[in-house]
Amino acid sequence: MADLLVTAPSRPKIQIVPVRGLPIVAVVLAGLVATIASNKLWPLEFYHVVGGGMWTALDLFLGLVIGPILAKMPVAARAEFSARFMPKMLIIMPTLVTMTLASGWQLARLVGNLEIGYPKHWWLTASFIVVGVMAVIAIGVLEPANIAVLFEMRKPEPDGEVIAKLMRRFVYTAGITGVMQIATLVIMTRLASW
Amino acid sequence: MVSRLVSANRAGKLPPVAEIAVAAMALIVIGGITLASRLPHPAPLPVLVALLAAAAVLVLLDVVLLARLRDFAWPLFFQVAKWTLLAYAVMYGILEFTFVYDHVTGSTLAVLTLMLVVFAVDIPVLFGFSVARYATPGPAKADSQAS
Repeated sequence: MADLLVTAPSRPKIQIVPVRGLPIVAVVLAGLVATIASNKLWPLEFYHVVGGGMWTALDLFLGLVIGPILAKMPVAARAEFSARFMPKMLIIMPTLVTMTLASGWQLARLVGNLEIGYPKHWWLTASFIVVGVMAVIAIGVLEPANIAVLFEMRKPEPDGEVIAKLMRRFVYTAGITGVMQIATLVIMTRLASW
Repeated sequence: MVSRLVSANRAGKLPPVAEIAVAAMALIVIGGITLASRLPHPAPLPVLVALLAAAAVLVLLDVVLLARLRDFAWPLFFQVAKWTLLAYAVMYGILEFTFVYDHVTGSTLAVLTLMLVVFAVDIPVLFGFSVARYATPGPAKADSQAS
């Protein structure tokens, strides 16, 4: 997607995918595969805790701090912020989600959490449901809005109404996933206390 | 940056492709949750197959609805869908690797793999449509300011 780099004298460069970040993503994902293949406790915990901690913190910060601030900014200011912020989120979030979920699944298998019967298993099921709902919201609503805003801003004459509408959607869904991350924190700390 | 506040919103005329894609995604996610919540017991295959089939029908419906569109930014749609497919293929590859590594075999592996295949069509369709619906029909770069 390097060919999507567009420049203009009066507007920031809008690159849909920050190409310079891709080698870092490749290293992280290669490490993830190696971690799963090793099936050892420390690397799995490292990937799951680091990835999950960053994912949760980012969602909370974005949904409950940045989102409300963005919602009160003028459309033009929101667009300026988004042009710099959203491309980075486009590679950071999927990477964090992949490393957290894949290592978390393997970790749960290794320590035997998946073998635990009900009613304790409900905690695991609750975590699956929370992650599932967040995935549908993030991939189904938030991410398409994110990408559509970036493409709209690349146009010679961006449509302010479309950007405002998509940004509203982005802010609301970020808020919902932020709140849902509180449930994740409760469930995960509970699981870690078994 | 935003030079115009007048919308030429064509989105209202388009079929509910995005909504159907999200519904298909939700069915796959429900299937995944159902499977995971039953562990270590065997997966309830009839339920999973029903969810998978319903999701596949919805994705097929999306493809049919899209195929009937004439006045649409197809080059941009395929540009976004192509790169989305590539990105998600990496993620699906890691998930599939994890399944195989964990000795998931037989019908359970087949259903999980087919779920990923449905996802692999669904998500690029959703992303491509979400971007192309706001674009002017024509070449992919028609809306960019490259010129």
